[in-house]
Amino acid sequence: MTFRKYLVLAGVTVFGAAGDSVLSHGMKQVGNISIHDLPSLIFAVMNPYVAIGILLLLTFIVLNMTALSWADLTYVLPATSMGYVLLALSARFILHEQVSLTRWLGIVLISGGVGFIAGSPALTSHLHGEEKSPLLAAKGAARNGAPAPAHGTHAEEVVSSVVEP
Amino acid sequence: MKHAYIWGGILTIAFFSVVGDVLLARAMKQVGDVHALWRSAGLWTVVSRVASNPNIFMGVAAMTVAFFTLLFALSWGDLSLVAPAAASLTFIGNAFAAKIFLHEKVDRRRWIAAVLVAAGVALLAG
Repeated sequence: MTFRKYLVLAGVTVFGAAGDSVLSHGMKQVGNISIHDLPSLIFAVMNPYVAIGILLLLTFIVLNMTALSWADLTYVLPATSMGYVLLALSARFILHEQVSLTRWLGIVLISGGVGFIAGSPALTSHLHGEEKSPLLAAKGAARNGAPAPAHGTHAEEVVSSVVEP
Repeated sequence: MKHAYIWGGILTIAFFSVVGDVLLARAMKQVGDVHALWRSAGLWTVVSRVASNPNIFMGVAAMTVAFFTLLFALSWGDLSLVAPAAASLTFIGNAFAAKIFLHEKVDRRRWIAAVLVAAGVALLAG
């Protein structure tokens, strides 16, 4: 795991949590909207909080897809679940809301879950735990004249389009 | 009867969320490491590979179904039950689905992480 990859996972966590809370704040300002009243939907999107919330969530989606391109689903989901903890902590320390004992226990469990996968290999599905990009693995194999990895059908595709002219 | 509707809704949300997550994860594995691909072949290659992958669209469709089922389920049951129950089941369902369909090595460490996070989300959102 490089520093950039940790940064992407942190981005997924922060943008997801921020997007949810900003959008929720905006929707509370807008009030109830109905599917039968389309102008109210457009009016809702024009609310700055709603618009910023949507932009934050779009960034979250792009970062999440980036993370899934080099890490397992069972690594990305727990790693980015700290967003729930961020929301609870911001409710306590920024909004000065009461956080119940049950919720503190929830924070401890999520943090424990994240601790369990921290430091473990991010990708196991293609490279059997070897922390290496499929593209680079395939490139290396092509350079050395060795066959592509056994699970490298995707890597073969990439190397044919990138390494070969 | 209302109870059955609520839990039917929760299971449907979790099912389609898992399907969406797995399809999206599979699509991005097929696209390849975005950083490496961007560096070697450019942004346009990344965008065209993502946009031409059918799993992306099927994944988004599954997530859309999950979202609208959530809206319906919220009209039958409380947010404090539906949201955490669906989120927790999604975490556990994803661990099973990733092992079966994505061939991820879900070892003991990852199972414990999935269970702890699922329990934590249920407590936090409940």
